[in-house]
Amino acid sequence: MQSLRLRAILALLIVLVGLAYMLPSLPGVKDSALGKILPGNGINLGLDLKGGIHLTLGVDMKTAMDNNLARLGDDLKASAREQEVYILRPTVLNETEIEVTLIKAEQKDAFEGVIKDYSPFAVEQSAQLDGDKVKYVLSVPATYRSEIEKLTMDQAIKTMRNRIDQFGVAEPDIRKEQGNRIQVQLPGLKDPERAIKIIGQTAHLEFKMVDDAADLKKAQQGILAPGRELSVLLHRQPNGSYSESPIVLRKDAVLTGEYVSDAQVRLDQWNNAYVALTFNARGAKIFTDLTTDNVNKRMAIVLDGKVYSAPVIRERISGGKASITGSFTREEARDLAVVLRAGSLPAPVTILEQRAVGPSLGQESINNGIMSAMVGMAAVLGFMIIYYGFGGVVADIVLVLNIMLIMGGLAAFGATLTLPGIAGIILTIGMAVDANVIIYERIREELRRGLSAKQSVEEGYGRATLTILDANVTTVIAAIILYQFGTGPIRGFAVTLTLGIITSMFTAIFVSRILFDLYLKHRADNAKLSI
Amino acid sequence: MGLQIIKPDTNLDFIGIRKIAFIVSAVLILAGLGSLAIKGGPKYGIDFAGGMIVQVKIDKAIGVGDIKDAVEELKLPGLVVQTLGLEGDHEYLIRTSSSNITSEEVRTKINQALTDNLKAGFEIQRLEMVGPKVGADLRSQALEALFYAVLLIAVYISGRFEQRWTAAAVMAAALAGGVYGIGLLGLDMGWLILVALVITLGLCWYLKLNYALGAVVALIHDVMITVGLFSIMNKEFDLTIIAALLTIVGYSLNDTIIVFDRIRENTNAKQGKLTFGKIINLSVNQTLSRTILTSGTTLLVVLCLYVMGGSVIHDFALALLIGITVGTYSSIFVASPILYGFGPSEPRETEAEA
Repeated sequence: MQSLRLRAILALLIVLVGLAYMLPSLPGVKDSALGKILPGNGINLGLDLKGGIHLTLGVDMKTAMDNNLARLGDDLKASAREQEVYILRPTVLNETEIEVTLIKAEQKDAFEGVIKDYSPFAVEQSAQLDGDKVKYVLSVPATYRSEIEKLTMDQAIKTMRNRIDQFGVAEPDIRKEQGNRIQVQLPGLKDPERAIKIIGQTAHLEFKMVDDAADLKKAQQGILAPGRELSVLLHRQPNGSYSESPIVLRKDAVLTGEYVSDAQVRLDQWNNAYVALTFNARGAKIFTDLTTDNVNKRMAIVLDGKVYSAPVIRERISGGKASITGSFTREEARDLAVVLRAGSLPAPVTILEQRAVGPSLGQESINNGIMSAMVGMAAVLGFMIIYYGFGGVVADIVLVLNIMLIMGGLAAFGATLTLPGIAGIILTIGMAVDANVIIYERIREELRRGLSAKQSVEEGYGRATLTILDANVTTVIAAIILYQFGTGPIRGFAVTLTLGIITSMFTAIFVSRILFDLYLKHRADNAKLSI
Repeated sequence: MGLQIIKPDTNLDFIGIRKIAFIVSAVLILAGLGSLAIKGGPKYGIDFAGGMIVQVKIDKAIGVGDIKDAVEELKLPGLVVQTLGLEGDHEYLIRTSSSNITSEEVRTKINQALTDNLKAGFEIQRLEMVGPKVGADLRSQALEALFYAVLLIAVYISGRFEQRWTAAAVMAAALAGGVYGIGLLGLDMGWLILVALVITLGLCWYLKLNYALGAVVALIHDVMITVGLFSIMNKEFDLTIIAALLTIVGYSLNDTIIVFDRIRENTNAKQGKLTFGKIINLSVNQTLSRTILTSGTTLLVVLCLYVMGGSVIHDFALALLIGITVGTYSSIFVASPILYGFGPSEPRETEAEA
């Protein structure tokens, strides 16, 4: 009893802190003078309430690994050539192995030295072929693979972040999920398809020489000279769609998007949009040499395996500038410039999961949620007063405090309020009175046994507290598991449920006891208790 | 003193009518299982089955058939059109099982088809696509969540309730071992959970953890009835329904524990004076007011959620409505009679007899 003042001060402090965090969530308060001195920015709304897009993207690790091995193989070939050891173009066997053929058997030792010095490969097996050739199967260690996976994921996330930043979305959330998955959340975005296109485009840019001497008919039947490949050239139609025609390219890319330092949208004299590229120093030199050596030949600009244009090189181009024309719309050109500036994804991605909620549905959900919470709460508040009299008033006061503390808690911990989260709060309203009901029923029993009001309150709280703790722990267990296994909105539900249980214990056991003690403090021992 | 619904001297014989209660429960569970069997398992929403849904809100009342006709020409694979939420909402779900077309195509096509064929204003409010791989992952995650919830709660009750943490630890270890062993056989997650539940129940029975046994049986009972009724009503299972089921698990136990707590208290206080059946009856009657009041207020707010919460939350609220009703019933008519059937399971009592 003597600690009543202390308890009251403590409760008041906690309530004030809760209030300070809660208030900025109310419309109007955040931008007012009061809002500026209060901590926090109010409650984060989930995508289901704000509207926006939730994406889960899967990174194609097999392709990433294949690309990586192919590049390693090319590097190995180049390193060997510097030592005057000659091998045929390596082929990728699977995600950990490549096959290379050494042309002269007497260079075996020299070649194995090159492998050791310049690559992560180890010789898996080698076999002498007819003539003078040796066939090698080379493999990378398992640790190398996991390292590449990690690098690929990090690079993919970084690239996506760069692209989204340029796209101008407030508070995007991009994170790595288990199993080579990336989760992207874009709140408040109205045009989901365009965002998906920008995020998901691999944007692998290559410049390749066109083989105009090749026979297109034969190429389409699959007859190609070595080092050549069949591709498609896109032609834009007046209605915006593309038609395709076949084109034969040299396989080796003469220049890639890695050397691009900037990409901008420009308009030509007919007001058609095109993308102007600027190469970095190294790229500019390669481009100059390339155009010098290939005047009057065609060079294809290949993006993700499709040829957007194949202009004829009229003269040597120095200064490191090139352009991609393809009569894009301005929006298309802008999006292309964005993805080229941000760099290419290290591997293709596929959209595994997509949830897009329109802003109007979000607003409607908030309104419905708040409306049902209000009505539900009003019904419970009224019922408690009718049923318990003074006790009901106390229960109602702490219930309102409880809701306030949940909102304050959500804001303070930076948790996200989702639609199921609102349901969690509403459920908490129902369950929060449980603690008070347990206590009050106990007090009634003690009163019936003939104890005084003060003794009954003491006994009631004492006996009920452990029961309440026991009962709530199981709900918390369920909530923690929900948090652990759930995603997005489900987690929001788990958070509000847990928070609701903790705050309801504080308000229904601790604060309501203070109110009872205050009420009984100056009353005679034989006073009646309205409960 | 305020109002009273249950008079303090009420003494209903709950144990006496346990057979009727068991029949009621058995009928409900069998009906649900029967429905599941006929329909070939639960009806999964796109969260678990994969596919695409488009939620459309229309300005005026219009039949499901009309909407179906409007989008029929698109020849979307596995096309299903259903209403969402309450009557007056005019909200519909267009669902397709396709994974070959992009969400962009679906959005523009549906937009076009509705503009052409529907003489009413509409708005595409939501589009969700879940790939088959993610769907399968979400399904096993959800089952895992239910499984761990039951496991942890059984362990907690045994430990906290009967002061037998050692027995609880034995049970946890045996369960983990058993489940790991079955996992090696590469069985489906559904079987894994079934086996885990059988192990849990078997261990509770063998170790005489009768409070835990009663509570776990009651919560399995509640989840089975809710799942069964959802199947009978042709409702789909998605992630929010799993959240509702876990909430029901929490709520059902909450209710059961409060009754059990009183039984334990009365057993200690009135040992030798009353039979165990009388103690249980007394305890259930003493806590009856609280049980009805709390369930009443909770149902009241969930009902508000059901009626006014909007289309997205509708089925979630329905699951809670069913679950809370069944959970309240089970703590009185299922959990306590099972505890009665197996005895108070106080270790010192068995030692005294021995």
